[in-house]
Amino acid sequence: MMITEISILRTLLTITGITLVVGINAVFVVWLERKVAGHMQFRLGPTEVGPAGLLQTVADGLKLLSKQIIFPSSADTPIFILAPIICLIPVFVALVPVPFSETLQAHELDIGLLLVIALGLLNTLGILLAGWGCDNKYALLGASRAVAQILAYKIPLLLCILPVILLAGTFSLREIVVAQEGTMWFAFYQPVAFFMYLIAITMETNRSPFDFAEAESELVAGFHTEYSGMMFSLFFLAEYTYMFLASAIASILFLGGWLGPILPGPVWMLLKIYFFLFLMMWFRWTFPRVRVDQMLAFGWKILLPVSLLNFLFTAGVMAVL
Amino acid sequence: MFESKTAPTYHLESMEENQFVLNLGPQHPGTHGVLRVVLHMDGEYILTADPVLGYGHRMQEKIAETMTYTQVLPYMARMDYLGALFYNQAWVCLVEKMCGFEVPKRAEYIRVLCAELNRIASHFLWFGAFLLDLGAFTPFLHAFADRERILDLLESVTGSRLTHCYFRFGGVGADVDNVFLAGAQAFVDHMRKHLPTYHSLVTGNVIFQQRTKDVGVILPFETWGYGISGPVLRGSGKQYDVRTSEPYSIYPELDFKVPVEQAGDCLARYLVRLREIEESLNIIEQTIAGMPKGPVRSKVPKIIKPPEGEAAMAVETPRGELMIYLVSDGSTVPYRVKYRVPSFANLSIFSHLARGRLLADALAILGSLDMVIPEVDR
Repeated sequence: MMITEISILRTLLTITGITLVVGINAVFVVWLERKVAGHMQFRLGPTEVGPAGLLQTVADGLKLLSKQIIFPSSADTPIFILAPIICLIPVFVALVPVPFSETLQAHELDIGLLLVIALGLLNTLGILLAGWGCDNKYALLGASRAVAQILAYKIPLLLCILPVILLAGTFSLREIVVAQEGTMWFAFYQPVAFFMYLIAITMETNRSPFDFAEAESELVAGFHTEYSGMMFSLFFLAEYTYMFLASAIASILFLGGWLGPILPGPVWMLLKIYFFLFLMMWFRWTFPRVRVDQMLAFGWKILLPVSLLNFLFTAGVMAVL
Repeated sequence: MFESKTAPTYHLESMEENQFVLNLGPQHPGTHGVLRVVLHMDGEYILTADPVLGYGHRMQEKIAETMTYTQVLPYMARMDYLGALFYNQAWVCLVEKMCGFEVPKRAEYIRVLCAELNRIASHFLWFGAFLLDLGAFTPFLHAFADRERILDLLESVTGSRLTHCYFRFGGVGADVDNVFLAGAQAFVDHMRKHLPTYHSLVTGNVIFQQRTKDVGVILPFETWGYGISGPVLRGSGKQYDVRTSEPYSIYPELDFKVPVEQAGDCLARYLVRLREIEESLNIIEQTIAGMPKGPVRSKVPKIIKPPEGEAAMAVETPRGELMIYLVSDGSTVPYRVKYRVPSFANLSIFSHLARGRLLADALAILGSLDMVIPEVDR
């Protein structure tokens, strides 16, 4: 590709746009999470900073920025520093092929979905490095749990995506949404895959009831036990961005992305994304944590066979029709 | 490797590849206090678990020998800060027993009423903390909202919200008024309506059931050997409650059941405690209805001097059987005070239960035993 002025401009716009989306989303989702949690627990959540406490996260972020970062003396410093960056950058990049409307998309890729899945895997690498690098047994246990977990959810996750690929006939995220135009959303064709995918992304984003990589009551803070200040908040940012990404993919695959009556495309897209985010918050604040072995058994013995059968069934029906 | 040790000594060189020693505490969110458990782990599995005590040791027994009988009363309640009134009750009953003080009927009713309120408050806090151990945050605040009502009630009569000191030798500190009684009745009515929420939020949850069923099973024959008492004991199918087996105060006159579960696992202990809350509500209702008129304190000497001799008194706290053994030499200070605390005895079975389980299970078990660490350390 020739480097033209337009392509440079587009790259700059992309970087600015994604940074804005990530930043504003983090501020909003953390606020939303605290509000949702508050109202589920007879509390109000943040109310002081800004209208209805909306700027509380900004204040917290500034506080975290100003805090000292403590490096454990026995930590493997390069890995210790690298871990939060490896957690955050891939989710950043993975937002590139996500379309927010027919025209609002950073870059259209034929294999957008594959790219998102591949980059999503790197998140666990970051967690593993964090657990390994800081020389803390709790962190190591948390990291090893995250690695055991990825095997249990990632294969069912892919098997839930494949029927949608079969229906749409493309790996491009934009084309998948276009394929749902004029017909029913894929969630109605693939209710089983939709449901399984919902469980799998809860696992993927390390959210309760599958949050045992950080499991507060068991592992203190799991893989980020030793992290403080801004490095800790990078993990936080990565988690909330990852939730946003996973919800965006879910709404594209199953709920028709930006499609919807009356309101403009991006609004519909955001509504659907925050619907999924709200679901995840709802799970988190009402369920106890699943035990590690129970989660693995659930992943391998229920999620995997059911999603495989669903995929084979879909493929069979498609072949006959 | 599986024998229990008195002191944790590990030889790191001789350990196999996946094994390591993990210090659970003294600062850890899952131990609810300064309890330290040295875990010998094989991956996520626990090979041995050795509790290390004494971080909160305050020489309670020795200090009791330097104070007058009246001065000991409030200090004692600092041991089990969630069930302060039970320490009050055990101590005043013990001294009354030794000195032969009379207690007016109304005072006994007030004592039982307040103690049962205290029991419910303690169970609420346990409920929240146990669910926190299992990773659920919301039930904690639901329980705390209800606990707050009890604290407000008790504050109105005892003057404090946590470490109450309300009972006196020969009665209680102050009479209760109708506002308090109406408030207690309103609380009972509120809880009768609200308890089903607890069950629908937690008890029926699949994840909760999976996490607690068949976890940390205490067999009935193990309970006596370890000195288990309280809801932990009753979760293992033993019908033993000091309130009925060695009745004190007005408990023989009241109509209540002692809930028992057979399974002996964390779920059984959970269910026993929730049913105890219901029973305590019944007791409270009965004491309000039957509250006699009259004085709340009998005439007792200003200086308490029990005759020479020894005596023991046991009460049923929210955690189990608390027994205080007192030797008096006829002076104004106790010669020897010995506390038999339920948390300590119940903790003793922990290393047996945790052996071979996952780390997550160990914390569920620790939570289900409902310990107050200052009471363990004393």
